[in-house]
Amino acid sequence: MTAALRFDPIRLPEKCERLRKEVRAFLAEEIAAGTFDPHKPNREDTDAPEFSRRVGAKGWLGMTWPKKYGGQERSFLERYVVTEEMRVANAPTRRFFVADRQSGPVLLKYAPENIKMDILPRICRGEICFAIGMSEPNSGSDLFAAKTRATKTDGGYLINGTKIWTSSAHIADYMIAIFRTSPPTKENRRHGLTQFLVKMKQPGIQVNPIGQITGQYEFNEVVFTDFFVPDDHVLGEVDGAWKQATSELAYERSGPERFLETYYVLTELVRAVGPNPDTRSAEGIGRLVAQLHTMRRMSVSVAGMLEAGKEPVVEASIVKDIGTVWEQQLPHRVRDLAAFVEETATNRETLERQLDFAIKTAPKLTIQGGTTEVLRGIIARGLGLR
Amino acid sequence: MAESDNIVVETAEKIFADLADPQTINNDRKDSWQEPLWQALSEAGLTLSWVPDDLGGSGASLADGFALLNAAGRFAVAVPLAETMLAGWLLAQAKITSPDGEMTVLPASPRDRITLDADGALSGRARGVPFAKAAKHFAVLAHGKDGVSIALVDASKGRIEAGLNVGYDHSDTVTLDKVQPVAIKPAAKGFDQTNLMLMGGVARSLQIAGALESMLDISVRYSNERVAFEKKISKFQAVQHNLARLAGESAAALAAATSAADAIASAKSFNDEVYLEAASAKIRCAEAAEKGGAIAHQVHGAIGFTMEHILHRYSLRALAWRDDFGSESHWAVELGKLVANRGADELWPLVASR
Repeated sequence: MTAALRFDPIRLPEKCERLRKEVRAFLAEEIAAGTFDPHKPNREDTDAPEFSRRVGAKGWLGMTWPKKYGGQERSFLERYVVTEEMRVANAPTRRFFVADRQSGPVLLKYAPENIKMDILPRICRGEICFAIGMSEPNSGSDLFAAKTRATKTDGGYLINGTKIWTSSAHIADYMIAIFRTSPPTKENRRHGLTQFLVKMKQPGIQVNPIGQITGQYEFNEVVFTDFFVPDDHVLGEVDGAWKQATSELAYERSGPERFLETYYVLTELVRAVGPNPDTRSAEGIGRLVAQLHTMRRMSVSVAGMLEAGKEPVVEASIVKDIGTVWEQQLPHRVRDLAAFVEETATNRETLERQLDFAIKTAPKLTIQGGTTEVLRGIIARGLGLR
Repeated sequence: MAESDNIVVETAEKIFADLADPQTINNDRKDSWQEPLWQALSEAGLTLSWVPDDLGGSGASLADGFALLNAAGRFAVAVPLAETMLAGWLLAQAKITSPDGEMTVLPASPRDRITLDADGALSGRARGVPFAKAAKHFAVLAHGKDGVSIALVDASKGRIEAGLNVGYDHSDTVTLDKVQPVAIKPAAKGFDQTNLMLMGGVARSLQIAGALESMLDISVRYSNERVAFEKKISKFQAVQHNLARLAGESAAALAAATSAADAIASAKSFNDEVYLEAASAKIRCAEAAEKGGAIAHQVHGAIGFTMEHILHRYSLRALAWRDDFGSESHWAVELGKLVANRGADELWPLVASR
């Protein structure tokens, strides 16, 4: 038997449910105060620094990190619940989300102590924003084709080259990026990349926004010209970033943000259909809810494995693969069903506005965080095919 | 659930490996494998695992029984194990002692009804009843004027029109015409036909998930053996991506089915959360059977389409199991109604309830 794939039925412990209530109450207050509109997914004023600070003050950023760095030493499952509720409510999380999910854990693992003491507490307070510099022009998902050079100089490195598709670079205070410190070797084309902490908003970095088909500006081109990075900003092993990158990705790929990106259209469909649906609407909703429920069970299951200290690389890739395909299809299935919704449905306008945005968002969902083709390659490797 | 340290599952897997090897069964056109397999399962107490000791069973937990059904799915076992387990479980809901031998449960479709007349006789028709022809007894859920009753019926008292499902297993129409049961008692308060359908649906979900695990397994193995265009076909990216999708379908089915089983095993009643879990499992597993089975056949090419190959033992059964205890269409409509009725703002709290 293959038997490599496990998705145990993990249940969230009682303390998670108490926390969930707290998060819901907090979000309800923010909505009442006009911080954001849960029915408007196209968050044009998505950078919400004050909201970010209030979330930090609640202790909901860096929740799993050691207390000496400002963390709460809470469980990964508790963090999971906070993420779910923020996502379902369409809360403006852009300012802190990447730092909380990925950058902080990377710093915890690989940064020198002085950097950790400086930066991690500020992430926990919701004060700073991170970007991730992976893709480059003409490399994209092929991480190991990155060319942007880090050349050794006195006390540090000089960076020259361009990163692209970098989400939030225009508002970010820091970026964790991989740069080429040596050429790849014949034996290992993954060799020669190093992870660096980059302080943004300095001379030598130019951030050029790229418009998206949703009408938003979210990702950017980032050009480095003789940009200096000091030695203590090297994260982990020089030339060995490829070893560091893979375990990090399980966190990026299996979370609730990988199947709830377009969830709002389902809520509004149920609202528009009303309490007594016809057979077609009922069946359509039932199938979508069954998918949603299954995705969530798989995602919670992977969260449980991460909590237990495992590295479920293949399972996380499966969640990302079918999760993003699901959230990509969802707006189109909802559109099918919405065709029969009464013109007089009270939320018709909201539903149409949401569908318009979700349909424009959908094409990117299978690309960000690892394209479907790359993920299927990872799954295939896990099955022993390569 | 694979690699179980569960003693019930270990016992079952050993019996399946010895007596229900798919290739041996496939080569045996006379069905002579059935009797020894049934004997072994029966002697090990597995067929009545959901029946308490004092009602003639072996008193395994619901969780262990579900794990056993998942293992049965991995071997595409085609004896009435799931059916007898379900029948024993149903009888136990009314504290009726289970007899020896093969049983099945009816009705097996949410659209069929058996009624209890004033004189204590049972009437009605149940379609698609798995293994009715092989059963010595039926466990029957019946509606009378005082509510729901559960009855044990001698199978020879029913009229059986034999049929075969898409997996070549017996799926029969049973007609009861004023049949006096061997035993009959009122069901526990709150127990109804929907509960029986959800329980049967989860049993089938676990079997489908098990069959998909095996389909993934044999498809991966075959792709590493079969050479075409001078390469193992596992080295072709298109084949790798198909198998990755099959792994996804298999994983989704297993996650949905085991979660639903866990929900039933740990719940005090069939509440909305259990309904969501059980209905979703049946819907998602049925969809996975369709998509996953198609990929497994695609990988195997023509050889997988032959009676000589074991693939059809899994693929056709997984497809057939979709139809028992409510198809995915049925449960999707019912789940959709439940969700719509609770209202839009209750959907996420329901999904995120555990």
